[in-house]
Amino acid sequence: MIELEKVCRSFPLGDERVHALVDVDEQIREGEHVAIMGPSGSGKSTLLNILGCLDKPSSGIYKLDGREVGGLDEEELTDVRRHQIGFVFQFFHLVPRLTALENVELPMVFAGISPAERRERAMQAMTRVDMNERVGHRPDQLSGGERQRVAIARATVMGPRLLLADEPTGNLDSVSGRQVLDLLEGMNHRGLTLIVVTHDPAVARRADRGLVMTDGKIVRRLEKSDLAALAGIADAAEVSP
Amino acid sequence: MSARDLLSFAIQSLLGHRLRSALSLLGMGVGVAAVILLTALGEGAREYVSTQFANIGSNLLIVIPGKTETTGALPGMGGAPNDLTLDDVQAIQRRLRQVRRVAPIAMATANVSRGELSRQVAVIGTTSDFLEVRNLSLGRGRFLPVSDLHRGAPLAVIGEKVAEELFAGQNPLGQVVRIDAWRMRVIGVLAPRGTQVGVDIDDIVLIPVATAMRMFNRSSLFRVIMEVRAYADLDATTDAVTALLAERHGEEDVTILSQDSVVSTLEDILGTLTLVLAAIASISLSVAGIGIMNVMLVSVSERTSEVGLLKALGVSQGQIVAAFLAEATLLSLTGGLLGVAFGWTGVLVVVSIYPDLPAHPPAWAVGAALAVAMGVGMIFGVLPARRAARLDPIMALARR
Repeated sequence: MIELEKVCRSFPLGDERVHALVDVDEQIREGEHVAIMGPSGSGKSTLLNILGCLDKPSSGIYKLDGREVGGLDEEELTDVRRHQIGFVFQFFHLVPRLTALENVELPMVFAGISPAERRERAMQAMTRVDMNERVGHRPDQLSGGERQRVAIARATVMGPRLLLADEPTGNLDSVSGRQVLDLLEGMNHRGLTLIVVTHDPAVARRADRGLVMTDGKIVRRLEKSDLAALAGIADAAEVSP
Repeated sequence: MSARDLLSFAIQSLLGHRLRSALSLLGMGVGVAAVILLTALGEGAREYVSTQFANIGSNLLIVIPGKTETTGALPGMGGAPNDLTLDDVQAIQRRLRQVRRVAPIAMATANVSRGELSRQVAVIGTTSDFLEVRNLSLGRGRFLPVSDLHRGAPLAVIGEKVAEELFAGQNPLGQVVRIDAWRMRVIGVLAPRGTQVGVDIDDIVLIPVATAMRMFNRSSLFRVIMEVRAYADLDATTDAVTALLAERHGEEDVTILSQDSVVSTLEDILGTLTLVLAAIASISLSVAGIGIMNVMLVSVSERTSEVGLLKALGVSQGQIVAAFLAEATLLSLTGGLLGVAFGWTGVLVVVSIYPDLPAHPPAWAVGAALAVAMGVGMIFGVLPARRAARLDPIMALARR
């Protein structure tokens, strides 16, 4: 589904050029669950932004469903984001003045879907994340976990095939973090391609495989068993004095 | 995205920061109210003046002694005009058929008294034609009689206020008043009229013109008012009177104005005044526009992460521009409507204080103020909206 070939991304910073991504080659199949790991500044967010069509490669080829998207103009990229990609953020990014349901309706409002249809679809999405009891609440009346579930409902309401999550549990306690991950995993099992950026091994271990990035490069590719081991080491580190 | 969705999205955002929205509404409202109030006052003044003249009639010519143009003569030669005399008036009456009525006027302020009571009043010497020429009516008694111009009978017709002040409820008819040292018998009282062309008709005393000229020791009339039979003859009559008086005086030494030209000149002046007032008031409109721009810029920077989110959700740049522009336009238009309401209220207050002033905002001013308000909001909304649309979604989303 995703093909990256020698993807580079650099931008000027002062007098120098920062190379955020250097010759990234990767293929992600439909329905996969991939974790992207690495220290901050390693380029994992830049990669996610390029995958999400919020950013374009400076060079190299990014094919989404066989279509080269690196060369699309702003209008076409907007369309790709609208219909094919869902985003989940660390800070939820719910619009504070809108109710939970209205937040879920938001992408459909701008996509020109009729009020009746978008209400119905938003309700379905809210039911999928088990938030159908709290549709009328505003974000500040919801807990962190609830907010993230609303955000997931919003990210999936347009029926995307690719869901990109940037530290989706970074702002949550472990219980609600687990609920959110369960939810994402469930959607992945129903066929949604899921890419999660995280530095938390406990989040990464849920993925089918992991990509470890350093200095803009993928330095290691981890299988499921590697991820579990990594999480084990992290757990041990946490309990040790 | 439908227009309705756009509008409700804009309304929701405006309600998201009520105080700020309310204050910029107020700014725009005050601007529009200022335009409406000031143009209403200007228009009111213009209308006031034209109604003042309208009830005198438009077939009038006014002869004023002296030439307003410079003669080009050497100093000391032919400078002073000849007197405009009662003989001139008589000549006009006899020789110019197209003139229906002639009212010579000699005017001064004099002390009018009865016993202990006295009053400074404008005393106008004139003839029986004055009543019709000035479109006045008589309340009681009779008016100055038709008689020989040169015959100065000791008779007076007084205004309503003069009657009240000097006679305090008694019947003034047949009574005697003193004008300076002259004893005059009151034969009539004018019907109350109020102010007409700057003269309070209720506070004047009319006496025969010959009496007035002797009383005030004048050799020349103040002016002569003529009513022409047909409006179409106005210009021809002007020429005829000019020619007649030039023949009699040996030179052209009078100025003849038509009532119409005076009115239209005044209307022009007051119309310009209204426009100037509107222009001054519209400065406040553009200030209000800048206020809206400011509010929108604050809103954009405050909602940076929201804009980033919208972009991530697949909202196009055009839609983001439209959303913010809708907000600015909504602010300015609502502010404008609020201003119309403010302005109307202000006008109603002014009218209740000065009932004589027919102040009402002209339709063009209301329309223009609203249109300018909306236009200003849109123009000043473009910059913030474009700034929002051009935000880098990654940077915008990096904010919490």
